[in-house]
Amino acid sequence: MVEFALPKNSKVGTGKTVKAKTGAKRVKAFKIYRYDPDKGQNPSLDTFEVDMDQCGPMVLDALIKIKNEVDPSLTFRRSCREGVCGSCAMNIDGGNTLACTKAIEDVKGEVKIYPLPHMPVVKDLVPDLTHFYAQYASIKPWMQTQTPAPTRERLQSMEEREKLDGLYECILCACCSTSCPSYWWNGDRYLGPAVLLQAYRWLVDTRDEGTGERLDNLEDPFRLYRCHTIMNCANTCPKGLNPAKAIAGIKQMMVERRG
Amino acid sequence: MAQVERPLSPHLQVYRLPLTAIASITHRATGVGLGFGTLMLTWWLVAAASGPEAYAGFQWFAGSFLGLLILFGFTLALSFHLLNGLRHLFWDAGWGFDKVVSHKASVAVVAGSLALTVVIWLLAFIL
Repeated sequence: MVEFALPKNSKVGTGKTVKAKTGAKRVKAFKIYRYDPDKGQNPSLDTFEVDMDQCGPMVLDALIKIKNEVDPSLTFRRSCREGVCGSCAMNIDGGNTLACTKAIEDVKGEVKIYPLPHMPVVKDLVPDLTHFYAQYASIKPWMQTQTPAPTRERLQSMEEREKLDGLYECILCACCSTSCPSYWWNGDRYLGPAVLLQAYRWLVDTRDEGTGERLDNLEDPFRLYRCHTIMNCANTCPKGLNPAKAIAGIKQMMVERRG
Repeated sequence: MAQVERPLSPHLQVYRLPLTAIASITHRATGVGLGFGTLMLTWWLVAAASGPEAYAGFQWFAGSFLGLLILFGFTLALSFHLLNGLRHLFWDAGWGFDKVVSHKASVAVVAGSLALTVVIWLLAFIL
């Protein structure tokens, strides 16, 4: 449901400020969303000043530096530090992206960091993605076949394989889904751009034989048709993919199926 | 341990909406506006069917500052909704999803609707 304002327990207050050490020449301020479930208080926005001469180039470098040297309670997910795992997805400078591939120098002024938008927050920059993963499971993201298993691999031509380009690269970081206003207001029933792109990835796979049931499952006013081509997904995807286009592809398959 | 009621992370408060998103919400807003604006057109038709006196009343209102303002807004909303609606047709056909293209198309829709409105009103005053 559309609710523009944040609930009472979610309003963000002002937090502490940690100044950079004296003598630091290139100081950059990081404003970071903090929430500690054990304190029973509202979230707040802490400010950390970081000496850029002592810090790596990416936003994730700064977060790790702050955690190591200033505040070990700062909580965030991270793993690969090279944009292939999707763990460090967060809202940086007003857009969703991966902290590990976002250069600090690309942000003018202070760097504002929030968890992925419109999600329940577990702690600090860690959102609860349970529902997102459940939605992913609901599209049965594996190959479905009816024909007997061949004695060798199920082959694809080069052209057939090319259909998966721009789809298989998705790392399910949830940047796109949590950038989508439709997903903000109707995320309980709308599958959102990431899951729909994944659904399309299996629909266009020439080896998959579950196309009919897959489309049946998506033929729903909410699951598929809450996409209104707002295009936030394509604009924010850190891998340069285009979920909006994939969703349009599903809609076209629906029309073609009706004949 | 009792489950803590988790806070909702900020959304509209912190998200910098790209032009395509602004065009999208404007499309919806102009659609609603056009619905209300059509009430005035209905008044026009009813007045025309009711006779000279009723029509004179409508004409007086349409010529007043408020009437002109509503008509101008209606024209602007119609131009935007029309051009952005065309864009939706292209989208439905599978075209124009590229990030750069969709941004440029948004700019074109905004500029085009302003231009179309000006042209319509210039024609209205000249003719």
